[in-house]
Amino acid sequence: MAEPTFGVRPGTPVEGVAPDALGSRVAECIEAGGRFAMLVGLDERSVGGDGLAVEAVVQAPGGAIARLRAGVSLDEPAYPSITRLVPAAHWDEREARDLLGIVPAGHPDPRRLVLHERWPRGYHPLRKDVPVSIRPPDAERHFVPFEVHGEGVYQLPVGPIHAGVIEPGHFRFSAIGERILHLDARLFFVHRGLEKLVEGRAFGAALPIVERACGVCTVSHALAFSEAVEELTGIEVPARARWARVLLAELERLYNHVGDLGNICAGIGFQSAVSRLGWLKERLLRINDALTGHRYLTGIVAPGGLAFDLDRDGLSALPRSLEAIGTELAAAVRSIVRSDGVMSRFHGTGVVSPATATSLGALGVAARACGLDTDLRRDAPYAAYGDLDVEVVTASGGDVAARFHVRAQEAGASIRLLREVIRRLPDGPVMAAPGEPPTPGAVSVTAVEGPRGASWMWLRAGAGGTVDRLRLRSASFANWPVVAAAAPGNLVPDFPLINKSFELCYACTDR
Amino acid sequence: MSGVPPAGGSPSGTPDVVVVDELMAAPRLRREVQRTLGRSLHVRHLDAGSCNGCDWEIAALLNPYHDLQRLGIDIVASPRHADLLLVTGIMTRNLELAALRTYEAMPEPRLVVAVGACAISGGVFAGTYAGRDGIGEVLPVDVFVPGCPPRPEALIQGLLLAVGRMPAFAAGRPPSGPAAADGGAS
Repeated sequence: MAEPTFGVRPGTPVEGVAPDALGSRVAECIEAGGRFAMLVGLDERSVGGDGLAVEAVVQAPGGAIARLRAGVSLDEPAYPSITRLVPAAHWDEREARDLLGIVPAGHPDPRRLVLHERWPRGYHPLRKDVPVSIRPPDAERHFVPFEVHGEGVYQLPVGPIHAGVIEPGHFRFSAIGERILHLDARLFFVHRGLEKLVEGRAFGAALPIVERACGVCTVSHALAFSEAVEELTGIEVPARARWARVLLAELERLYNHVGDLGNICAGIGFQSAVSRLGWLKERLLRINDALTGHRYLTGIVAPGGLAFDLDRDGLSALPRSLEAIGTELAAAVRSIVRSDGVMSRFHGTGVVSPATATSLGALGVAARACGLDTDLRRDAPYAAYGDLDVEVVTASGGDVAARFHVRAQEAGASIRLLREVIRRLPDGPVMAAPGEPPTPGAVSVTAVEGPRGASWMWLRAGAGGTVDRLRLRSASFANWPVVAAAAPGNLVPDFPLINKSFELCYACTDR
Repeated sequence: MSGVPPAGGSPSGTPDVVVVDELMAAPRLRREVQRTLGRSLHVRHLDAGSCNGCDWEIAALLNPYHDLQRLGIDIVASPRHADLLLVTGIMTRNLELAALRTYEAMPEPRLVVAVGACAISGGVFAGTYAGRDGIGEVLPVDVFVPGCPPRPEALIQGLLLAVGRMPAFAAGRPPSGPAAADGGAS
């Protein structure tokens, strides 16, 4: 067995691998302690190649990454699927098949994922010879759900349009009585073709689109994209911008976590906590507004630093507001965890084992609530995290209670981190001079720890500082299959609670 | 539950002022709803391919700050119960069928409000293979609420603007074309 070649960023070399050896090489890297980051499908014709390719990215414990690439011919675009060896890759492979027509031969679930049945066969929008604006005619085929059949088993279809103010997704429960036997989650209803839209655009013009992969993780996505562009163009980000980026990322984590704690309570109809935490979240959104002019912090992080500096008045008011919110949040959480009625619903519901979380590649809160000690802020620091002591919170239950606990503790840790960042925020400019356009074909792979976990960005430069290919793999993309694995054995009416305890985003999964 | 924030509860004075203004205006808005509709307005939210930003602002309408129900407006679980469809997103191809069925399930008269840049024109996603450049290509829009996302105050204004158009529908007259809410409400 060859040693895995983990390289230090930037400029990690690509290891060429024979298509039939890709799965075993990736599995070796994972056995050596690495974590699967993503699999990206490529059309090499735009960078002088003559075919297609798939590239797997694995991250070593120290943060270094390995890139393993297998070429796939245009005439016979297939390679042996790696999903049976690397289960975390199963949606990545199905996505590459839909969008690029790269067939993972022997994949255990050959159904369509991103392009549903109304899309015609043979249409692969991420192929370089397919223009972005082509909208092919409808095909007349029907979705085949994965169902369990047998005596007493019935099927419960839910969605894609749901009862609350939430995003669209179709859930097919196979249940016996009220007990879930299997859950088939069908997503990608809000697929907007983001990755194709940014191709050929200048980095600056691609940013607003990348940022809007998800309206509530805008800092994470803008930051991962900016870090990738900065790596490619050799830009050194000014110190104030690096620290302000931590401030913005922690504010994003805080408003998401506070809102998510309230949403978990909404999953059991505990209305007083929903109102209390909804009120706190609104105050955090107003803090964001006062600092940046946008309630969801959109438009400030940009390649080179920040598009503009934080508002002076907003910043000077921040410590006192955070202190008040910290106190009220702690009181709200105490009142929730001291309620026996609440905790009896949280404990033992939606359990994910550490083995399942590891094999499916769970990220963020979902992973840490199963005891997996992982957090990119500490493990592969970016922005100014390397100068800070990040508390990583884990829990062992893997259930709703554990995910609630991890979020509540992380929100408190974010407030402490914010206090330190405000204290140490240096003066100076927030934007660097523009860098040199990178060599066409140069690749940068970056990741940031967003509110829902690691968000990975794979960026290849085209001519004159444009995007040739971008793949964004959000933590929600990684965690959806974990939600489906958490459902069996639970009662159907507990599913909204389980779902909210992961609080995944459909928009950045579907893109 | 009071929507009045405590003194000093917000980092900068500005956002609180908006809420106070809005509360002062509330009796007038309530009269408007009652005068034009004479009953409660039931709203169904439909995400037709958004980034989830507009949707979180719609969710924020229900928090104790904005407390949408105080205006006699509520979000309902089924299109069968809805007078108004509040639509976000570009109208993706994967959702189009379900979105049309949602609209068709609503009783008449029914209103459609397009929320945010994507629902209006496709926003930053305009020109994509994966959907339409706004919901107006497939649904009859009564009011556009601009923003990315629109602030909750702009959403409330858009809803009330839509309600003001209800009599034209009830009398069987065709609407006089889409109206635009003033996105600069806050």
